[in-house]
Amino acid sequence: MRPFRFTNAKDAASAVRSLTGNPNARFLAGGTNLLDLMKEDVERPDELIDITRLPLTQIRTITSGPNQGGLSIGGLGRNADAANHPLVRQNYPLLTQAILAGASGQIRNMATNGGNLLQRTRCPYFYEVSMPCNKREPDESSARAGCGALEGINRMHAIFGWSEKCVAVYPSDMAIALAALDATVNVRKADGQERSIAFADFHRLPGDTPEKDTNLNHGELITAIELPRNRFADHSYYLKVRDRSSYAFALVSVAAALEMKENRIVQARIAMGGVAHKPWRALKAEQLLVGKEASDATFRQAAEAEMAGARPLSHNKFKVELSNRSIVRALQMAVNGGKA
Amino acid sequence: MEDNQTPQLTDDEKKLFEDLMPEDLDEILDTGVNRRHFLKLMTLAGGGLLAAHSAVAEQVFTRPLSVPSAPEPASAAIENGVNVSFKVNGAARKLTVDSRMTLLDTLREKLELTGSKKGCDQGQCGACTVLVDGRRVLSCLTLAATCEGRSVQTIEGLAQNQTGSAVRLHPMQAAFLKHDGFQCGFCTPGQICSAVALLEEARTGHASYVTENVRQTAGPVRLSAEEIRERMSGNLCRCGAYPNIVAAIQEVYSGKPVEQTWQFVG
Repeated sequence: MRPFRFTNAKDAASAVRSLTGNPNARFLAGGTNLLDLMKEDVERPDELIDITRLPLTQIRTITSGPNQGGLSIGGLGRNADAANHPLVRQNYPLLTQAILAGASGQIRNMATNGGNLLQRTRCPYFYEVSMPCNKREPDESSARAGCGALEGINRMHAIFGWSEKCVAVYPSDMAIALAALDATVNVRKADGQERSIAFADFHRLPGDTPEKDTNLNHGELITAIELPRNRFADHSYYLKVRDRSSYAFALVSVAAALEMKENRIVQARIAMGGVAHKPWRALKAEQLLVGKEASDATFRQAAEAEMAGARPLSHNKFKVELSNRSIVRALQMAVNGGKA
Repeated sequence: MEDNQTPQLTDDEKKLFEDLMPEDLDEILDTGVNRRHFLKLMTLAGGGLLAAHSAVAEQVFTRPLSVPSAPEPASAAIENGVNVSFKVNGAARKLTVDSRMTLLDTLREKLELTGSKKGCDQGQCGACTVLVDGRRVLSCLTLAATCEGRSVQTIEGLAQNQTGSAVRLHPMQAAFLKHDGFQCGFCTPGQICSAVALLEEARTGHASYVTENVRQTAGPVRLSAEEIRERMSGNLCRCGAYPNIVAAIQEVYSGKPVEQTWQFVG
């Protein structure tokens, strides 16, 4: 690992100031991804600012503003605590399930809620510094420019929204549930002001700038994640399909949330993981479900409508049918209140 | 290994080892204690022989063979040195570390606590699992510099020293021995630390991905074999001792003897 200066942030204002002042500095929260990438020489900060002691860990009901009655989850709270908070488990069980589907008990005790959103792709071409990767080496004149996965081994890669520059997928499970639950991300800017980013605008598709995973600017600090109040708690499910039954990244995952009136679907939210460079909201499928009676035939129709837009790569055509079936299964589970 | 890194036995320790297994002493001195010796010691300890044997038994059992430690470099001599004070197994420790140093390397290389193992060094295997402020974490992805004021517990700190008698193993350690929850033993310290924390998490009602209804938040979680497997999935075992590990955890969880799935032959 390359040498770096280690500092402790005294408060949010000074943390943001310090980071803004040094383009090569990074915030250190749980460290579960950043330290790994530093050991691999992918991330090369010359300064780490430890923000874990900032008082941004609270989980509380929002009492005013557009998300009144919803839940605010502190950016520096730990994943395990968010998953197990009674208000999250009662009102947003989809989020609990998604967090618990990710990583391991140890990692969830370390990883923070804000940090989870900023996980980088696990694409092996990104991780291996001898391989070409536009995300790691955005400078076109670099000897390592290019995308190794596009024509390489791309079984784990994207089937939606990829570009010639990058076919990587986004790894977080937590974020897939947050996308389905219409979360917003509250951020403290370099000038001390706050701004809110709708979840759909937080992560990016790769386009011509795959080095930018999110629309967060350098120097901005995630203070909280807000969830609006909803009526999905009775009918939601997070389905994760992976190569082994636990402690692996998703091949495909589906966060499904339904508001039901008897057997009729009033509202539907579906977000998918493992298929794109960001959490993929299955808007076509959602539209097809609204107002319909819940049935396997309707679910299949919705899934097929969404997956018709998929563009698989040479090694991941299986993900299209797997996604089809996963959407149907997640919806069935959601209708039954999470039971098979 | 350099000469000055060879484990040194005290005279008392040599005497104890000679008494216990004279034929192996040279090998121990040359190569350190291997699993065969360890099992011998465990067998003796189980029979109470070791306890009765000598006052130094306790020492042999609880502290690693002493390695003459290099003089601590002055903090100014370390580039990006960070001063950190924290507790390790109840004892206050104060040291200066390179900012890059992980908690795992600090425990192993600076504090001579080599129980925590470096498997992958990337957060994928769980061999380095320790408890920080009572919660299980990966020490390979924790910078020592972030541990200021924290309390760290390692595998070495689980057993209880009892004056005038043998060490009393933590119930989880005893259960791993009974159920043979290991083969090569490399992942075992991490497995045991993880299992100890798992029981506390279940007691306080933490859910897992296989918990049927996460909306039910009252009371402890009932730990089925499926729950234990899911909650232990961050600890890999290349020898595949998983069924025995689950049995060991079930025994400690239930407080009732669980039948062993193995026995010595002959």
